[in-house]
This record gives sequence, C-alpha cells and structure tokens, in this order.
Amino acid sequence: MFLALERIILLGWEKFSRDKSSTWAALIVTAVVVFMFSSLLFLQGVSVFLLSRLENSVDVSVYFAQDASEEDILAFKERLLPVPEVKDAVYISKDKALEEFVALHKNDQFIVDALETIGTNPLLASLNILAKDPGQYPKIAQFLEQEAFSGIVERVDYKDRQNVIQRMEELTKGIRLVVLIVSVGLAFIAVLVAFNTIRLTIYNSRDEIEVMRLVGASNSFIQGPFVVQGIVVGVFGGLLTFLFLFFLSWFAGPRFESFLSGFNLFEYFTSHVFLFLALEFGVGIGLGVVSSVVAIQKYLRI
Amino acid sequence: MIKFEKVSKIYLFETEPQSRRPPKSVAVEGVSFEIQTGEFVSLVGRSGAGKTTLLKLLLAEEKPTAGQIYFGKENVHEIERAKIPNLRRKIGVVFQDYKLLSAKTAYENVAYVMAVMGAPNQVIESDVHDVLEIVGLSERGHHFPAQLSGGEKQRVAIARALIHRPEVIIADEPTGNLDPYNTHDIIQLLIKIHDLGTTVILATHNKEVINHLGKRVLTLEQGRLIRDEQRGKFIL
Repeated sequence: MFLALERIILLGWEKFSRDKSSTWAALIVTAVVVFMFSSLLFLQGVSVFLLSRLENSVDVSVYFAQDASEEDILAFKERLLPVPEVKDAVYISKDKALEEFVALHKNDQFIVDALETIGTNPLLASLNILAKDPGQYPKIAQFLEQEAFSGIVERVDYKDRQNVIQRMEELTKGIRLVVLIVSVGLAFIAVLVAFNTIRLTIYNSRDEIEVMRLVGASNSFIQGPFVVQGIVVGVFGGLLTFLFLFFLSWFAGPRFESFLSGFNLFEYFTSHVFLFLALEFGVGIGLGVVSSVVAIQKYLRI
Repeated sequence: MIKFEKVSKIYLFETEPQSRRPPKSVAVEGVSFEIQTGEFVSLVGRSGAGKTTLLKLLLAEEKPTAGQIYFGKENVHEIERAKIPNLRRKIGVVFQDYKLLSAKTAYENVAYVMAVMGAPNQVIESDVHDVLEIVGLSERGHHFPAQLSGGEKQRVAIARALIHRPEVIIADEPTGNLDPYNTHDIIQLLIKIHDLGTTVILATHNKEVINHLGKRVLTLEQGRLIRDEQRGKFIL
C-alpha cells in the first residue's frame, strides 16, 4: 500500500520534472487562473471598501427641540443604539453645530452678519445616525418618529433624503450584482481554459496510458501520477502567483491608493494573506486534481 | 492454456443511406484453436487478416461479437474490469512500434512493469539488470528511447515483456520496423525465451522468419483460420 503510494508520488514527480512541455503549459495556465481568482478577491475587497465609503456618506439626522437637555438626548441615544438596524449614532451638540456652521460659512459675510444679528444659537442639537444597511433607513425613521419621542424630537430629516438613500441603495445593490456576475463569469471561463489545457496535456499522453494499461497497470497506478503531477503543478502555480501578487501589490499599493479612495492593495493583501494563500493553493491544487481525474477517465476504459 | 472457441469480431458502422462503405466489417469470423503451455505458435496472414484483432481479444482490449476465449480456466471476457490488469500481467507483449514510454529510460521502462506488480526495489534492481543483460543492453539502460536504434528499442520492449516472467509472450509484428540483422537477433531472442519454457505467440507476415522457425503456424485469411500446421510454412 505504502510502496504503491510512494511509487505513485515518485512517478508523478518524474512526470512533472521530465515532461517539460506539458508541465509548462499546465503551470502557466494554472498560474493565470489562480491570478484571475486572486484578482477577483482584490476586486471584491475594493468594491466592499468603496461601497462602504459610499454607504457611510449617507445618514439620517434627528434634530432635538430647543429645550431638550443634553441628558435627555444622551438617554435617547442610549435607547437608539441597541436597535438592530443602527450601526452608529454621533451626537452633535448645539454648540458643536454652531461651530461647524460658522466654520463652513466663514467666508459668507451675509450669514455671519445674520448670526450676529440673532445674538443666540439658532441651531438644534442632533444625532447623525448610520444604518448597517441603506435599506434599513425606513425602519430607523419609523423608530425615531414614535409618539413617545415627540416631546424632545423636533424633526427627522429622513423624508428629505429618502430619494438619495433609495437611489444609493439601488446603486450599491447593482454594483454588488455586477461584481458577482463578473466574478462568476471570469471564474468559469478561467476554470474552463485550465481544464481544457490539462485535458490536452493528458490527451498527449494517451499512448503512454495505453502502454501502461497493456503492461497490467491498475487504473489507480495509471491515474495516480497524473493526479500527483496536477497537485505539484497546483502548488507551484499557487506559489508563483502568490509571490507575483506580493510584489505587484507592494509596488502598486501606495501608487493606486489615492485613485482607489484610500484603499491600499498591499495592506489588503497582507491583512488577508491566509485567505490569499488558501485561495491560491486551493484553486491551483483543486484544478490540477479535478482536471486530471476527469480528463483521464476516458483513457482508462478497457 | 489458451483456447479460442468459434470467436468472431464484427465492427458495425452507422452509415449514411447512400454511403459506399459496408455497414459492417468482419475482422475475425468463427475462429477456433488451442495453444498448449510451452508452445511457439506463429500467426500469419496478410495485413488485415485478423492477426492483431485475435491478440487484442486475448488481451481483453476488444470484446468478441461471438464465441469464447479462455486463458487457463478463465473466460477472458467474463473477468471483472478491475481484474483485467491481473490477466495482462500474465502476458508479456511486444509491439511492432515498440510502445516504450518516451519519458522513461530503458531501465525505467522495464522496471515499470515490476513496479506495477508491487515488486520490492531490490528485486527490481537485480532483475532489470539481469534481463537487460539477456537482451544485450546492460550498457544502455540509462538511455531514453529517442537515443536508441530501432533494434535496441525492440530489445527493450522484449526485456519489458520478459521481466515479470509471464506465462505467455505475444509478439505482434516485432520485426516489422527492423532490418534483416536486427530481425534475426529479435527472433533468436524469442526462440531463447521459448526454450526457457515460455509460451510464445508471434504474429507476422515475414515469410523468411516463419519458414526458418519450423514451428506451429496458424494461417488467417480475411478473418478466417484457413490452416493450422504443426511444422508449418508461410503459404498464402
């Protein structure tokens, strides 16, 4: 049993190291496919990052009555945070609101003069509420507009922003769907190309397989070395791609950071290094093994 | 030891209504004969007479359309698929086009058969060395098939067929690609193997070889066995 296994592994390694033309063809195609899968992981990372940036740029604000005390507002916030749809809520006091307003309009003399004329702070304290998902804003708005809060809540600006939020929700859903379709499509094409290349390399070995059958080799003894060759090709293909991506993301990361709105490819690669390793070796080895097993079946029929 | 009982092999084709090709091709029809242990039997006939088909049927590469083929007590075509390799390990085969594994050296080509059978490494090493010496290639073991002449390739093929001491050696046109000198050497090797007690089946259309051998000859014509002579000549 172990002797047969040892021989199958040695024969597989021998095939890998001696059958250079088919090994190189399989290795290059496997590396390209693994690279495509890794690129899809990057695409996924970039799209999640950009979509989350987009989603975070939209929120709902609840403005409190002039006479609502800070304690009441903070107590309100404590009641709001456990709501499952709420991701975060940031308290903006009246003073902070004024400060930001003045800073924003410091060049607009008309507004500065108007504030001086009023003499008091006309702005309201507020909570900027961020939902976990843009589709959850209606539920949050419903919670905020409860009768129980009518004493301290002056107004909720959800209705004003409803259209923008809905459009953004549709946009993010659309982008996610496109990314998914592109990923599945590219992955399918990549797997098909790799499978056919490996099938061709096995087709080239059909005479060899016939000889093996005629000298009395069992199917597992014939198939085993091809599977081992597939595993070795997968390992080397995965390793090549891993090293290539490491240097590529190291080079491109800082250079594309501003273009990608702050997404650093190298940081993403290093923070997900085990995921990349698992994907690259998993896809490489899986492809090698499955393609070899499927492609060789045809030639094992007696 | 080997018995063919009314064996036929007919290939059926799907033909277009206006096709000129006949809907079937008879490779072998109603062939019966027996071969005893230790015999040297030649199968002769023109190309397409059915020699190779008979050998393929014996190796379970093809299934007969009718009839039975026995190897010992086993009906070859009732053997389970997974056990067919066991049948093939009892038979050594030599082909006209050598059918060596091109990515393996002469030594490795021969050793492969023993590896398939699970022989220990030390036994493989000593046996392969011995058999390469028998076929006169002990110095060429580390060469790949592309580095060997036609005669040398055929010797490697014979060494491979011999290495596991099979009960029968089938040689299908083993001299078809060789010059007269190498033809003589290969036939002498087969005679030597037969003298050591192995049953040999030689398929050939080489008249001189058959007439020189003076052994049993089965003559095939258009898929039928037309002659079976104990000390036969090449008559067609």
